[in-house]
Amino acid sequence: MLIHRATDLPSSEITPKADYLNRRTFLTGMAATGVAALGADRMGHWANAESALAAEKLQTVKSPLSVKGEILTSYQDITHYNNFYEFGTDKGDPARNASAMHTRPWTVQVTGLVKKKKTVDIDTLLKLKPMEERIYRFRCVEGWSMVIPWAGYSLSEFIKQCDPLPRAKYVQFLSLADQKQMPQINQSGIQFPYSEGLRMDEAMHPLTLLTFGLYGETLPNQDGAPVRLIVPWKYGFKSAKSIVKINFTDKEPPTTWNRMASNEYGFYSNVNPNVDHPRWSQKTERRIGAPLFKQRQPTLIFNGYGDQVASLYNGMDLKKYF
Amino acid sequence: MPNRAVVFLKVLVHLACLAPFLILAWKTYHDLAHPGAVALLGPDPTAALSHGTGFPALRILIISLAITPVRRLSKSLGWLVRFRRMLGLYAFFYACIHLLVYLKLYANLDWPTLVDDLSKRRYIIAGFSAWLILLPLALTSTKWSIRKLGKRWQALHRLVYVAAVLGIIHYWWIVKTGVLDPLKFTVVLAIILLARPAWLLIDARRRQRRMAQV
Repeated sequence: MLIHRATDLPSSEITPKADYLNRRTFLTGMAATGVAALGADRMGHWANAESALAAEKLQTVKSPLSVKGEILTSYQDITHYNNFYEFGTDKGDPARNASAMHTRPWTVQVTGLVKKKKTVDIDTLLKLKPMEERIYRFRCVEGWSMVIPWAGYSLSEFIKQCDPLPRAKYVQFLSLADQKQMPQINQSGIQFPYSEGLRMDEAMHPLTLLTFGLYGETLPNQDGAPVRLIVPWKYGFKSAKSIVKINFTDKEPPTTWNRMASNEYGFYSNVNPNVDHPRWSQKTERRIGAPLFKQRQPTLIFNGYGDQVASLYNGMDLKKYF
Repeated sequence: MPNRAVVFLKVLVHLACLAPFLILAWKTYHDLAHPGAVALLGPDPTAALSHGTGFPALRILIISLAITPVRRLSKSLGWLVRFRRMLGLYAFFYACIHLLVYLKLYANLDWPTLVDDLSKRRYIIAGFSAWLILLPLALTSTKWSIRKLGKRWQALHRLVYVAAVLGIIHYWWIVKTGVLDPLKFTVVLAIILLARPAWLLIDARRRQRRMAQV
């Protein structure tokens, strides 16, 4: 039996905060006992952990683009079941390790085929447009899925302000790669910085969300703070986290997973139950947080956003351009 | 090692080998009985059961293979061989549950999905082959079989090395390119597999030296 959440309840009010509160109490306790002996480096780490945990409330308005009739994945699961390989390859690693990342000060560089290159401060970005709450399905290429109430605004709003040249056909997104803040960055054999990209029309699509928060609060570090992308009709790895650079190009930009295994991860990577991953089927998915025998469910073409995005790929062979 | 100590150790090994299963069984029971409570199996119970049975299978299998080379380190370690069969059977036990988890929670007991997976997915072919190899080994693990099969028993049971290698390949083929988690298992298995030729070489050298002294 699916129990639907009352739609008028703001998601921020059902955020389980016990986790945070416990840790904050612990940290405050540490500070109160005067842990000067820990040394400057160590203190920096703790202080940063504190600031990382201090998620701020975001004012959002509900978006008509949200999916309906889905149970939201819990805040706990969204923030403790992550792929963010710069912080380790285990699903629990990002929640354990991402507090070492500094999300202030933070800037996003805008480069490539634009009228004027610029560097935008995160606080400017946050205030650029009214923040919307968008409840989207999220489907990972590994075969699991969630339903997440993101907070952000359409990437198109920002792209318009970047004045890309008519020659710009693609947008590349680069994530932070800093050994100091990401000590686990060499744990895998992956080349960082993480790079992802979209065709300009995909980037301009209203569903494509420049994302700053979830459950009505700023993103926790492990979910890609302070700013990430969400492209709900594509496999999750297309949605770059902790973005530091947006680059406009006339050629398809190189993307991290495509470079690692081009036969498995295409540039488009639209969610498609009819195109298998070479090593596993994509016909079904496991919903995170669902009961054991109810986890498995069919995967929808374009992750259920076909009405809105299928026309972007008219005339394209989706098996060839997977 | 006195017999009583071996019996005592066997009880401990049984407990250690059963622990992962008992913990998983308890968590599964809890989650099914209390659907509203925080799931003890975590956010992805299907993966928790799959990993929670696959890892013990591989780990116990590799430990069972380590017995022979470790035993050769000293004459006083001969009693270790008395643990080999039980470890092998526990590895098979976990491999069976691992297979059942796949059949029900991944393939949904759906025949076309199974056929598709077994014909196309190399990690499933490798894993299933490993299980297929372990099956006759488990069935012929009785004293009666050992007597009955004689020399052929040993030849048959050498296949366990193939099963372990297939198990590791199965692991490498399911993780994403660039993920190096299976490396630890691979290194340990490689050491075990190399121990055999290494001992042969050491023995040959010793014999040569003795010959030279004469």
